[in-house]
Amino acid sequence: MIRDALHIARKDLRIEWRTRVTAYQVIPFAVVIIVLFGFALGPDPQRLEPAAPGVFWLAVLLASVLGVQRSVAIELREGAIDGLRLAGFDPAGIFLGKLCALSGQLVILEVLLGVVTAIVFQVSLASFWLLIVATLVATLGIVAVGLLYGVLLASSRVRETLLPLLFFPVIAPVLIAGTKTWQAAIAKHASTGLGWLELLVAFGVVYCCIGIVSFGPLMEDA
Amino acid sequence: MHRFGQAHSRADQIQRSLGLSALVGMVATIWLGLFITPPDQFMGDLVRLIYIHPPLAWVAFIAYGMNFLASLAYLWPRTRDLRWDQLAGASAEVGVLFTGLTLVTGSIWGRPAWGTWWTWDPLLTTTALLFVLYLGYLALRRVPDDQELRARRSAIAALIAFIDVPIVYFAVLWWKSLHQAPTVLNPTTHKTYIHGSMAWTLLLGFVAFTLTYAWMVMIRYRLGAIETRALKTQISSALRDRQLEGSHE
Repeated sequence: MIRDALHIARKDLRIEWRTRVTAYQVIPFAVVIIVLFGFALGPDPQRLEPAAPGVFWLAVLLASVLGVQRSVAIELREGAIDGLRLAGFDPAGIFLGKLCALSGQLVILEVLLGVVTAIVFQVSLASFWLLIVATLVATLGIVAVGLLYGVLLASSRVRETLLPLLFFPVIAPVLIAGTKTWQAAIAKHASTGLGWLELLVAFGVVYCCIGIVSFGPLMEDA
Repeated sequence: MHRFGQAHSRADQIQRSLGLSALVGMVATIWLGLFITPPDQFMGDLVRLIYIHPPLAWVAFIAYGMNFLASLAYLWPRTRDLRWDQLAGASAEVGVLFTGLTLVTGSIWGRPAWGTWWTWDPLLTTTALLFVLYLGYLALRRVPDDQELRARRSAIAALIAFIDVPIVYFAVLWWKSLHQAPTVLNPTTHKTYIHGSMAWTLLLGFVAFTLTYAWMVMIRYRLGAIETRALKTQISSALRDRQLEGSHE
């Protein structure tokens, strides 16, 4: 399973390296959202600073939909998904591999976006260990749910419109917990963010487990 | 054919008696709630909403619980049957309707009692999220596809949604408690002495709404079965027509 996951992750990252869709399209899109939120909230630093964590996570969630759609779309072209199944890959390995590849891309996006948000919203970041751990765990949860729904909708013709409607309500807890941990870290009260970190871990574990178990049957339908 | 007819009439009988008892329960609840029970000392006639708002929320939770159990039964290989899928769909539809009504009645109560149509109270927020979660589920069910494929897809989506509910609830609960002081609930509600007739009316409300739920789910379930049968008949008759056309040529 682990070896399959590594193969798939390497394949997905190589595709990204050659096409640069995340780098040239998804990351700039996330930056645009941050700037637009700046316009919507106004230039007052006293309003911008408390809103920064929430805006950051909203931009990540919106960008992650694009990432998920892209990650699923590359398997649907020219029967790639059937090829993977015929090649004897373990479905759980495929799920984990895609999870790692997409999470890796999102983490790079989050680092860049974090810097942009800190500059544009005039926030001084602190408690870096909490920021990093919370962001990593939250990303795994987001991507696990996204991939589950992405492959669930793979065979349907309305997947672009239906995915956000199914995806966003489910990851609402990640938005809340992610925002709270960032607020705690920025306010240098890292201890108040620990409860939220636990919630992020629980969310990530639950949905990764569901993904590992149900990816096989879902792939058969895709 | 005879046995099928018998089963049909029995289901009809059950449906009719369910509908009748739901109707009687509803009329009794309305009558007791509007005319017999006294108005509240502090909230006046507003308190009468209590006879329908909690029962509506209760039915919504039953509906989602049933949706979850039926989806599990469909996914479990030994009990896999399309009828579970139909039950899950019927229950979710009724659940979404009742969640919507819960939100509306809550809002109507909130305006005079709290002075606002909406507050970010944990229960309210969770209910609103439940509403959109299952709206998405219903939208997924409407995507036309092979029946078995759709059933499996819907069942897994139902599990993903249902498991999310407690996580959402705790997230929103902590979010509020860490964010600001608890919502200023009308303090009188906690002290209100529930009159005997009020308690009975509320209890009757629960029974009446549960019966209504069962009746609606039964109708929707049977309608789903008829739809499936009609689809199959259409396909087989179309095939027959095509074969006949072929034989004429």
